[in-house]
Amino acid sequence: MPEDIEQMEDLSSTEKERLAQTGLEVDMKNRSGSFFQVDHDIRQVASLEKGIEVLAIGEALKKYDWLQDYYWKLVPKDKDQYTRFVADQPEPRGFVIIARKGSKTLYPLQACLFLSKTPVQHVHNLIIAEEGAELHIISGCASASYTKTGSHVGVSEFYVGKGARVTSTMIHNWGEEISVFPRSAALVEEDGVFLSNYVCMQPVRKIQMAPVAYLKGRNAIGRFSSITVTTPGSYMDLGSVVHLSAEGTGAELLTRAITTGGTLISRGLIEGEVGHTKGHIECKGLILKDGIIHAIPEIKGNVVDTELSHEAAVGKIARDEIEYLMSRGLDESVATSTIIRGFLDVKIEGLPEVLQKQIDSAIDAAEKSGF
Amino acid sequence: MLEIQDLHVEIGGKEVLHDINLQIGEGETHVLMGPNGSGKTTLLRAIMGFAGLSITEGRITFKEHDITHMPLHERAQLGMGMLFQRPPTIAGLKLGKLLEVTSGGDLNRVTEYSEYLHMDKFLDRSINLGFSGGEIKRSEVLQLMIQKPDFVMLDEPESGVDLENISLIGNAIAKLVDKDVHIVNRKKSGLVITHTGYILDYLDADFGHVMCDGVFRCHGNPREILKVIKTSGYKECLACQKI
Repeated sequence: MPEDIEQMEDLSSTEKERLAQTGLEVDMKNRSGSFFQVDHDIRQVASLEKGIEVLAIGEALKKYDWLQDYYWKLVPKDKDQYTRFVADQPEPRGFVIIARKGSKTLYPLQACLFLSKTPVQHVHNLIIAEEGAELHIISGCASASYTKTGSHVGVSEFYVGKGARVTSTMIHNWGEEISVFPRSAALVEEDGVFLSNYVCMQPVRKIQMAPVAYLKGRNAIGRFSSITVTTPGSYMDLGSVVHLSAEGTGAELLTRAITTGGTLISRGLIEGEVGHTKGHIECKGLILKDGIIHAIPEIKGNVVDTELSHEAAVGKIARDEIEYLMSRGLDESVATSTIIRGFLDVKIEGLPEVLQKQIDSAIDAAEKSGF
Repeated sequence: MLEIQDLHVEIGGKEVLHDINLQIGEGETHVLMGPNGSGKTTLLRAIMGFAGLSITEGRITFKEHDITHMPLHERAQLGMGMLFQRPPTIAGLKLGKLLEVTSGGDLNRVTEYSEYLHMDKFLDRSINLGFSGGEIKRSEVLQLMIQKPDFVMLDEPESGVDLENISLIGNAIAKLVDKDVHIVNRKKSGLVITHTGYILDYLDADFGHVMCDGVFRCHGNPREILKVIKTSGYKECLACQKI
């Protein structure tokens, strides 16, 4: 085992636990590689599998000139103040993952970005899956238990080559006064599949993001799933945008949102730019305590043969559902939490089981703390 | 097992059940018949303790406990169960997950009964979501087999069920009310709403009751009552002076 893994083990048990909730495995069991950054300090870069390269971005840009063809090519530098902030950094932080042609990882790679003392953490990540490669990434982002305020600004650019499959699962565990501004985009080529999953069940001051997928190659698929609980004082503005730019492309945007007093804005946009394309948006929200769930699904068709649809529903748990379970002997609170757990129980098609389990256990942990 | 005395039930300020009296002993299965809208389901819901109705007079005793105002889940825990005619759909909640909870984690029992009722393929499906009529009823019976109530109420168990499924469901329900147990040792009791009487081919009912407009019009042999209703309809019951 590479020496630098040891460095993760100097964390306190509280911090390890916070990280574990986001899917980080400190002992690297069931992981094929790892990147770990605390504030701007890169603590670990490891790749355990052939064909997969994990590098710190500064080092990677020096090592491979060709990365310039990918760096800042999907997310514009001047998109907003946050991207400008990242672009202005003299020394970029973050990771580059390159999955070489045909390489397949059995286990996911973990990328962990931990906010400890710095007021603003910035990262820029490049993920490149070459033709036929299969890459699963779990990025856990968390803040230290003692970190009360701070911001995280992250730019991520995903390149999904011909016939490649990339899944990106993010489980967040921020603090109540942390603000988060990820800026992500993905380019998917012919027969490529890009899955992006976002889970946040813990308090956060503000998070705002709207990752974009450009399905440029024929039959490319993009799927975004988001499972969130918004607690009092939390503000989440989450969206995803998919451009169906080639024949046979398809997209699905799925949201399961609960508010216990916070505000969630759920945006989704699928644009059918050419024929023989399909897209569907599904957003379901449960308001458990007075809070806001604002669903803004948008579908835009530009040609005859594009099929786009959306369904959105926001409400409370139906009384007859609770009573149905009570008639089987469950008391009201168990009946309610059983229904909520079911509501959040999303099986993501195409996601490796180890990652599905990670999502399930993040939800289980939230369930135990009583939503 | 169950005793109902002088029960009056209101829904939305209007009385819908008037002065109902009923006794169901241990090991007995009773049949409840009556035209649509006569109050049969309301009676079952009042016994089970659902919200949306209020008991203005009378009392319900179950296993010697006064349950007139007992919360729904406590009645279930005391040994009461109900098969819903039209149960709600719960998107996301898997049938298997619910059975895991209600069985107390006894997965062997869940597997055994779900195979018996041909529901093993449905354990990973959201409860009642996209289920056919027969599948809904099999799911209901399965949930009750796991719950093991001592007194079970069945609201039209045969409605929407095809001929192939009716024998499977009929036989399973017979087990629920101990029909496979010798009469001397039979402990479980049932109250069944039926319009067609098909279910009676699988479980011999001991008593029949006819309800019209929220009152009992007749008590007697269930097969005799069914015969009259099949030939003359409920108008015969309404005209009957024997009550």
